[in-house]
Amino acid sequence: MGVPNASEDLSSEMEVDAFRQLFPLRFFERHLAESIRPDGAVASANGSALVKIGSTTMLTAIKMEVMTPSFESPDEGCLAIDFHMPPICSPIVRPGRPAEASPVVSKQLSDTISSSRMIDLKELSLVSGKAAWMAYLDVYCLDADGALFDTALLSAVAALSHLQFPAVAMNDDGKIVLVSDEDGQKRAQEPVNKEKRKLTLKSIPFSLTCILHKNYILADPTAEEESIMETHVTIVLDTSGQLISLYKPGGPVLAYTSAIQDCVAITRQRVKELKSFLDNENSAMEV
Amino acid sequence: MEIERGDGRSPNQLRPLACSSSILHRAHGSASWVQGETKVLAAVYGPKAGTKKNENPQKASIEIIWKPKTGQIGKVEKEYEMILKKTLESICIRTIYPNTTISVIVQASFLLPCAINASCAALVDAGIPLKHLAVAICCSVTDSGCIMLDPTKGEEEKMKAFAYLVFPNAIVSVLPERSLQAGSEPMTHGIMTSVTQGAMSVDDYLHCLERGRAASARLSEILRKNIGPKSTSGASKAG
Repeated sequence: MGVPNASEDLSSEMEVDAFRQLFPLRFFERHLAESIRPDGAVASANGSALVKIGSTTMLTAIKMEVMTPSFESPDEGCLAIDFHMPPICSPIVRPGRPAEASPVVSKQLSDTISSSRMIDLKELSLVSGKAAWMAYLDVYCLDADGALFDTALLSAVAALSHLQFPAVAMNDDGKIVLVSDEDGQKRAQEPVNKEKRKLTLKSIPFSLTCILHKNYILADPTAEEESIMETHVTIVLDTSGQLISLYKPGGPVLAYTSAIQDCVAITRQRVKELKSFLDNENSAMEV
Repeated sequence: MEIERGDGRSPNQLRPLACSSSILHRAHGSASWVQGETKVLAAVYGPKAGTKKNENPQKASIEIIWKPKTGQIGKVEKEYEMILKKTLESICIRTIYPNTTISVIVQASFLLPCAINASCAALVDAGIPLKHLAVAICCSVTDSGCIMLDPTKGEEEKMKAFAYLVFPNAIVSVLPERSLQAGSEPMTHGIMTSVTQGAMSVDDYLHCLERGRAASARLSEILRKNIGPKSTSGASKAG
């Protein structure tokens, strides 16, 4: 990907020969203020993360609860993902009226996490047919400045990578109860014993939203850019290179194959960056 | 490699289509779209005066109400409403009627592509000016990497991944072909909307795009025939 002679003057028309101009540098510079705090963000939750990309900030908290699994899948637990946009995040969101974007991003998040098969629900099982974990994953948007889905997905993934299962034991009635760490040596259930208290994540999905405008592709837009230019494409790739989702909801600009391939190339780079970022943060937390 | 499909179709074959318009008498425009066993009904009211608060008053705004056949309105319906709204906004010429609202009500349970085709036909029936039509198709990818077009609900659930793709339809025009191209690809090759589910490789997705384009050419012929001007019959719908 060559470095474009990035003209700051967007009003100059591109010639047909200079077909696409990518402006990755300008935007990556603006969004160099990325930071991830994978754990400790919420002390009372089983897993949490606070993620900031540019100004967009998302806080994810995971709470675990024991429930009886459904009849059709007695070996699987359940993961419920919900995305909230409280009025603090943006002047457009009013109290009492949920934002339009919130159920859409919520569904996109749950679709992406289930399509990518990052989590094996069988790991959430405790006693086959009788008890399994139900994980409530809530993503709260604290500051909505564009590219909401990217930040939300990253914070959900960061929180899941730090999820700690609470210790449980079966009491005399055959029910599962939480134990505190002091009286630990009751009959601990097999998948949740002291060594294996975290989820294993397979290939992790990462996403990038781009705006298409005439012949330009702008990566990682802010809210102001999103409101001016209406065509955006969100591409989710996982670490093994599979395309999990290519989401382009209408918009006045049509996406041709060349544009899609360019966007996929930028997304691949982004996946590498985010993966190394997440790994660094995780290892920093372990120490 | 031929795959056995439940109803004996080949991978590139679409289900039998039927489209009829002006079926509801009170609505300003209406259309039904039947694809195999799936039937979708769309009704259009508008342009009506006034826009909602967050909408731009310099353009007509489009309001979508998606009613599932059974059950309550949940996140799935809200997402489909948003996708349909953005798709229809890009095909309507919205600056002709500023500060108005066009309502599109869709009765469907799933299968977003059928709903998009039906709403397009309903918009034409209502006389809303459009730049071009939107033609929607669903492509699914099997575990072995084979692409199948237009899966039924049962087939869709067994697939590794599927993609809903919406293309603009070909413009039949008196102007020479070159003026309709943007760059080196003709206009019908661009996608307007794409929603995917499930994991597939990038190459699979590009194959889906190619098959989808071929199918959309066929679909747009059918659409053009069905929505074409009818012979004089029936009184005008005044009010």
